[in-house]
Amino acid sequence: MKTIHALAAGALLATAVGQAQAAQIEVLHWWTSGGEAKAANLLKEKLEAKGHTWKDFAVAGGAGDSAMTVLKSRAISGNPPAVAQIKGPLIQEWGEMGFLGNIDKAAEADGWDDFLPQEIAAYDKVDGHYAAVPVNIHRINWIWANPEVLKASGVEEVPQTWDAFFEAADKIREAGYIPLAHGGQPWQDATVFEVVMMGIGGGDFYRKAFVELDPEALTSDTMIESLETFKKLRGTMDDNIAGRDWNIATSMVINGKAAMQIMGDWAKGEFTAAGMTPGEDYECVAPPMTEHMFSYNTDSLAMFDVDDAGQQQAQLDLASLVLSPDFQASFNQAKGSIPVRLDVPLDDFDACAKASREAFDVAMDEGGLVPSLAHGMAVSDSQQGAVFDVITNFFNDPDMTAETAAERLVSAVRAAE
Amino acid sequence: MSPHVSSPRVGGKGRRRSLAGQVERFLPRLVVAPSLAVALFFVYGYMLWTFVLSLTDSRMLPQYDFVGFAQYARLFANERWNVAATNLVVFGGLFIVSCLVIGLLLAIFLDQRIRQEGALRTIYLYPMALSLIVTGVVWRWLLNPGLGIQALVRSWGFEDFTFNWLVDSDMAIYTLVIAAVWQASGFVMALFLAGLRGIDDSLFQAAALDGASLPRIYLRIVLPSLRPVVFSAVMILAHIAIKSFDLVMALTGGGPGYATDLPATFMYAHTFTRGQIGLGSASAIMMLCGVLAILVPYLYSELRGQRNG
Repeated sequence: MKTIHALAAGALLATAVGQAQAAQIEVLHWWTSGGEAKAANLLKEKLEAKGHTWKDFAVAGGAGDSAMTVLKSRAISGNPPAVAQIKGPLIQEWGEMGFLGNIDKAAEADGWDDFLPQEIAAYDKVDGHYAAVPVNIHRINWIWANPEVLKASGVEEVPQTWDAFFEAADKIREAGYIPLAHGGQPWQDATVFEVVMMGIGGGDFYRKAFVELDPEALTSDTMIESLETFKKLRGTMDDNIAGRDWNIATSMVINGKAAMQIMGDWAKGEFTAAGMTPGEDYECVAPPMTEHMFSYNTDSLAMFDVDDAGQQQAQLDLASLVLSPDFQASFNQAKGSIPVRLDVPLDDFDACAKASREAFDVAMDEGGLVPSLAHGMAVSDSQQGAVFDVITNFFNDPDMTAETAAERLVSAVRAAE
Repeated sequence: MSPHVSSPRVGGKGRRRSLAGQVERFLPRLVVAPSLAVALFFVYGYMLWTFVLSLTDSRMLPQYDFVGFAQYARLFANERWNVAATNLVVFGGLFIVSCLVIGLLLAIFLDQRIRQEGALRTIYLYPMALSLIVTGVVWRWLLNPGLGIQALVRSWGFEDFTFNWLVDSDMAIYTLVIAAVWQASGFVMALFLAGLRGIDDSLFQAAALDGASLPRIYLRIVLPSLRPVVFSAVMILAHIAIKSFDLVMALTGGGPGYATDLPATFMYAHTFTRGQIGLGSASAIMMLCGVLAILVPYLYSELRGQRNG
């Protein structure tokens, strides 16, 4: 009996001591699909090795839409999780409303400013202080191609101009394949459009149109040309795109039904799951005219303002774990993205990731590094939604002209302001 | 039920009875009170809150900087809202009318003392047992030009057959009508059938003796007496139409573009995913006004008619 009491007291003491340094933190994220869930689990294990407890709060679906809805309701009820996956300009909005904490301590200790690209790090700072930690960099402008289908259609390589693309598409169509696999969902339409536009207009034009939402740029001839090229792409797709998910479109490329797909590098996970090797069974090539450009989408973990010292410590530990070279390498290999740390070697990564990093470096030097509007990196939610509405409606309405669409872009964006 | 009735009559014993009477009087109120409070709070309280929010500049989270009716002005300038409102008129009108017509015809045919009526009734009624999500997914497959009806007919050799409403932004709204009518008309049939069974056979016989033809009997005698059934059916169908959300999400996702957006999907998108709570609340209040604008006059005329007749 005595020993039991002693044991119990000891255990109590141990937990009490433990609580002073370690704590349970709740982490809201939407890393729920195969490779992503594995990647998230890795982070959980590493955090728990430091003595903290990771309370998983995964909300699947809708590229984070559902997770954001849950986060808002939790925040309104005064009970936000300690850590939440938030993206792009939204971090600023949460920060300005006073919800986020400050993790400068971790940033200073590890020297984040030395190895993070400034443009990416800017998203994670609120009033000059780090409130979030970036996890990865996805490249949006990729074409995923099935080389066998291209060969069977007499197309030598993935075209590098839009004229060549439409010529190749005709050949592929004649050979009995679908030239471009696509899913008719607003964000997918917008993804394809922004890739077309950044190629035709270049980095400065893209930033004017899709970051500043400058009315002149939105109605310029470059914009009209981009819209027309985008609409022409509708003819290179099949008739059944309505509502199709992106991974179904990817599987059409994998199965040899379609030749190419324009999609961010998370598509790589589908090819990997099908047991295919990049460069041999499938190819990743920059879409026409975007070879030296890089449209990025980064995930960040934002740290909410917490009072408990243990939880604050857990947040700092989590932040420095996320940016540890080890974790950066293993997480991004599972996720398909590239490390957000510029000093992590990519020796173990596949060819597509290496190409992605090269493109990133070149784009950063030449001004071709742009935030993806389709993936919530460029403008606020409401403006993004307004742009989606116009793009997807233009794409699906055979009678709407590019000029009308451009004018609607301007008025829709203004209305969402 | 006033105390004057019960207490003076039976003296001493009456005391206990009046206590029982008191309990009897208050018990129903007591039992109903919590649910009333809950309904008041969660339905009417939140309606009020939504209205308050629609007058504010709320974006991602609710906040209380009042801007008057500016959100309503923005709403009516919004191209997508106009599409959604027009769609509701088209969808709601066609849906209610088609369900009533098909339901009534099915009920009249079933009422002709045919064999296996029970089995047929069950078959027609079954779609109602499915959730709208299931209906939406099934019809999405059926209407998909590459998988469903179009592909089937083409495989029979009719190469030029096209039925691609689902991907045609002008026609997509009608696919919603098709799926919703398929789901709900069996239920309307059951309502009408019950109404028909309630009509006295002697009415038919009397009319037949007078030499009225069968269509005439239905038009002049049966339909007027089914008026209360039409009333309930319209009530139920109208609210299904206005709150339609799951069917749109499953069948078209609001697309192509936003061609099949309805006010409910508009409200959800703006309030919850686009961080425009003010605008979303304004659209929710407009939906409420739409419901009231249709239902109040209808209720008024129907209920007044019943009282007079």
